[in-house]
Amino acid sequence: MALGGIKKLFRGLTRTRESLTTSLQTLVGNRPVDEETLEDLEVDLLAADLGPTLTREVIDALRVQAKKGSLSTADLRPALKELLMADLRDGKQEDRVVRSDGRPHVVFVVGVNGSGKTTTIGKMAAREKGAGRSVMMVAADTFRAAAIDQLERWSERSGADFVSQREGADPASVVFDGLQAARARGTDLVLVDTAGRLHTKVNLMAELEKLTRVARKVIDDAPDEVLLVLDATTGQNGLNQAKNFTKAATLTGVVLTKLDGTAKGGVTLGIRRELGVPVRMVGVGEGLDDLLDFDAEAFVDGLLGTAQDPS
Amino acid sequence: MEAGYCRYNPLFSKVDRLGDCVLEGLSDRLSGVVRNLTGKGRVSEGVLDETLREIRMALLEADVHVSVVTALVSGVRERALGEAVLKSLSPGQQVIKIVRDELEKLLGAGENRQIDFAPKPPTIIMMVGLQGSGKTTTAAKLGLSLKKTGRYPYLVPADVYRPAAIEQLVRVGTAAGLNVYNHDGSATPLEICRTGILEARRKGFDTVILDTAGRLHIDETLMGELTELKKELAPKEILFVADSMTGQDAVRSAGEFHKALGVSGVVLTKMDGDARGGAALSIRHVTGVPIKYLGVGEKTSELEEFHPDRLVGRILGMGDVLTLIEKAEETIDQDEAVALEKKMRKNQFSLEDFRSQIRMVRKMGPLSGIVSMLPGMAQVKDADLDSDALVRVSAILDSMTNRERQQPQILNGSRKKRIARGAGRSVPEVNRLLKQFSQMKRMMKQARNIQKGKQGRSKLPFFGK
Repeated sequence: MALGGIKKLFRGLTRTRESLTTSLQTLVGNRPVDEETLEDLEVDLLAADLGPTLTREVIDALRVQAKKGSLSTADLRPALKELLMADLRDGKQEDRVVRSDGRPHVVFVVGVNGSGKTTTIGKMAAREKGAGRSVMMVAADTFRAAAIDQLERWSERSGADFVSQREGADPASVVFDGLQAARARGTDLVLVDTAGRLHTKVNLMAELEKLTRVARKVIDDAPDEVLLVLDATTGQNGLNQAKNFTKAATLTGVVLTKLDGTAKGGVTLGIRRELGVPVRMVGVGEGLDDLLDFDAEAFVDGLLGTAQDPS
Repeated sequence: MEAGYCRYNPLFSKVDRLGDCVLEGLSDRLSGVVRNLTGKGRVSEGVLDETLREIRMALLEADVHVSVVTALVSGVRERALGEAVLKSLSPGQQVIKIVRDELEKLLGAGENRQIDFAPKPPTIIMMVGLQGSGKTTTAAKLGLSLKKTGRYPYLVPADVYRPAAIEQLVRVGTAAGLNVYNHDGSATPLEICRTGILEARRKGFDTVILDTAGRLHIDETLMGELTELKKELAPKEILFVADSMTGQDAVRSAGEFHKALGVSGVVLTKMDGDARGGAALSIRHVTGVPIKYLGVGEKTSELEEFHPDRLVGRILGMGDVLTLIEKAEETIDQDEAVALEKKMRKNQFSLEDFRSQIRMVRKMGPLSGIVSMLPGMAQVKDADLDSDALVRVSAILDSMTNRERQQPQILNGSRKKRIARGAGRSVPEVNRLLKQFSQMKRMMKQARNIQKGKQGRSKLPFFGK
């Protein structure tokens, strides 16, 4: 992560931290952890959208340690961090954008309405263009009014190629055309912008499934990645979203957007745990460069309100 | 009831399709709790605590803010111990009633939720909220809804930040037959709104809906821009548009918007998903202003008035019968329905009639949405219910000739083959449909004979998997 990136992440997380005092921050001195401390902590974890089940598990684990007498308030923060990070740490993510066989790397960007798919694609394109790769955007959201125009503006800003048809066109046909064009031009990275859809709509999820089938017709094994764009303000419903989306198109990662607000995105811990789908990137603003690689430690620090300023 | 936590197994992804692995909704959870409660003699303190623990978990899973949950649960506890236990009513009923009352109270039962129109037009309504909450879609929906009640609305897109946001409102609004102020987005939001309002005055519109850009509640610059808009334009209504899937942060975002602007109402969007509406409780709690509308679909017509009792009913698993009735009234042609009923009674119901019946049902929206509103059907997961079945049945019926629909007995092998090919289905499927249709006719006949006696639980024909 570039230095500018770290600063940006902290700009986001600091705002979060400043506005919320968690029980961990008000702990002073060093004494054995009592039930009251655990209850306060429970409220903090719930308020960070960890959800009641995961919260209960974490608190129970801490309570066991406390009962053994091995947990003092000074150890609480590292113990908690350890518990939350245990799930996040494994499975280092590799940069899979550059393929050895020279065919385009195809990424589907999916999610519910308003989660930030188009903006995320714009930022991803800018990032990869900056790294010297050729990028193509495929406007497969032919449903929402002006979605194609919105993506086109991002392609102009980032300098990415742009493939689209008219509004209302069959998205499968757009994907087909896009991937054929990408293959012909030898594009490094193809970003497919799909229409926002609620995960409960059976027909729309079937449509998504079809888009992946069509992609495979043009390029073997495509899509290489399916990224679920998840709004950080989403609560426990995020888990349902991830479950249903991965049934239609196997998810390879989550992009957590709008993390520059006060929401913590704690539901991603549950998603990682239950489905094994990791957070890959985080969105921290509306600018072209406001997209960062996921940093598990920074994320957990933000979640617990224990982020330290890097300066 | 178990919390529904289980590890995802890709091998079984087809099998557990939306089945056991799905986290139970609040509705399911509470109906479980209630089931446990009924049958037990009295509410002892132990039973009450156990019940309240379940309710607490259910509310937290539904994303109600933890502080709101705590307040609610202790309120219920107090009341349940104070009065209800002593009375010799069913303990289950009492606890449900108390939970219901408290939830309704929290959601603002009985308050006025109408749009407040200015005595001297135009009435200015400002839409505000976080990015992606659905302001633009809601602005168009609100315009259409007000137009239906006889207002003359004018939409003003003032989001100059998100690319193509102005075009979006222009297109959605125009497609819905609304008037939209079209501009190139080069002016400031304040200038745009001012000109838009002048334009509305000049053209005689009585309602102006301002669609502002999405922004974070902690973005001082952009929040300052909104307070300036409020000061300069004096909107009669400021509606906070919130995503119903929002988690714990709803309390903070809604709270900050309210503090900065003094919002006058809330619109809860994307209620057609499986979010249980916990955010509604949180937002209502922190702002104290009424929830005025619900967004329930992607179509411009899909905006509903908010009814606290119905949402509570849905939360408690008692079904949203009222909403269903209203929806049916709106979309089903009354005359057509009467004619159909007559035919059913006379046993002249043909495949042709069946086809128009399916059309009516499809107009009401996704099947799962309708069924979930029926009492006792909250447990029916999408797995039991194949919305696509309707589409398939329609396709088969559409591929028949009029004569075939009137007289299905003429269907021979080659006709069936033609129909199957036309519908993209198989001949056995055509046969199944015909068989089910004749069963359905038989059932209608039986129903006629036993109009009053209640039948046992029968399966919905056609829609099982």
